[in-house]
Amino acid sequence: MIPKRTIFFSILLSLVCHWGYTKHESQDAVVLGADKERFDPAKVIIEHIIDSHEWHLWGDGDKAVTIPLPVILLDNGIQIFMSSEFAHGNKIVQRSGNFYKIFHDKIYKTNASGDWTVDALRNPINKQPLDFSITKSVVMILLSALLLCMIFFRMARSYKGYSMTWQLGKILEPLVLFVRNEVAIPNLGHERYKRYLPLLLTIFFFILINNLLGLLPSAPNVTGNISVTLVLATTTFLVVNLSANKAYWKHIFWMPGVPIPVRFLLAPIELIGVFIRPLTLCIRLFANMTAGHIVILSFICLIFMFKNIFTAGFSVPFALFISLLEVLVAFLQAFIFTALSALFIGIAVEDHEHEIR
Amino acid sequence: MDANLIYASLAAIGAGLSVIGAGLGIGKIGSSAMDAIARQPEASGKIQSAMIIAAALVEGAALFGVVTALLTVFK
Repeated sequence: MIPKRTIFFSILLSLVCHWGYTKHESQDAVVLGADKERFDPAKVIIEHIIDSHEWHLWGDGDKAVTIPLPVILLDNGIQIFMSSEFAHGNKIVQRSGNFYKIFHDKIYKTNASGDWTVDALRNPINKQPLDFSITKSVVMILLSALLLCMIFFRMARSYKGYSMTWQLGKILEPLVLFVRNEVAIPNLGHERYKRYLPLLLTIFFFILINNLLGLLPSAPNVTGNISVTLVLATTTFLVVNLSANKAYWKHIFWMPGVPIPVRFLLAPIELIGVFIRPLTLCIRLFANMTAGHIVILSFICLIFMFKNIFTAGFSVPFALFISLLEVLVAFLQAFIFTALSALFIGIAVEDHEHEIR
Repeated sequence: MDANLIYASLAAIGAGLSVIGAGLGIGKIGSSAMDAIARQPEASGKIQSAMIIAAALVEGAALFGVVTALLTVFK
């Protein structure tokens, strides 16, 4: 029996969460309306899912309230300054004889008066310096890493013998056991799983916490950033290929048990497969998280497209439904990334001694 | 017609086509898994995790199409 209080607070929390999203959108919409421009949902949505040099809280244009983050450029030495010096793209920053301007969250080099050189589609083609800034996603990755360390070091300390004394630890323990019993042992076998379990658990909880935190309003969409997922997939790629045994490479380049001409045909296909497998890991996580965010934001944007408050009665329940679906997807994608990593590692380290050729 | 609009429409059609493929694939996996569970209810846990992994592989192929379409629009 669920207490009434729990249900009440759940509904309240979900409403506040969507109010946060809507608040976020409405200010964008109001400013765009003032310019007599048509409200462009695609532009608003893309601004919300891409990485940024400042942490946007609320407001838009010159009145936006943001947390400035450090910008680090590699251009005639290292240039470090805060992103607030750009004043939301209105000001030119001068550092050791170079002038920088920001446009759509990309930093360009300009001359002293900040003129743009544009191509036929009116995109700037000014030179871009190498950008190593601490962006919103980087801050979020550091925060989530800190959070994970805090949670799991505390959890490790809370064991009294075999029993867990910490409430949150009791919730997380089944997840750890799930990764061990359902993902690591079936794919890697009883003898080998212990070597790869720390990696699998780290991948699982890192993706999970970033998927879940990414659902909060104004939180950065870390796992929906293709660079982040590419790094995660590269980790798997390196582990798979560095721990692979002789039999694995033999199966790739000289497949046993098939006629010789077919072996020449199979080798390039298998070799491409080595690179495709981690690439699908990367694309899957990126596309799933981005798609979820786009759908939620599209439902919220409907309110401002119709310019009618009653649309909220339709949009918000749908957005809430998709948000709940996203919680499921957050767990599912963390599981799939871990399971497929374990599967690929399992294929690479498998013994083939039982096969008689 | 605006060049961007043509790109966007073609990208949308491409994304739709790749989603049709994924729908057929995941539908087939789902129906087979249902059959298997009906035949052997005691193995449902194993079938479910195998089903999710197979569905993820199919979905990965479809998402390549969707992401390519997205890149055309974002460009």
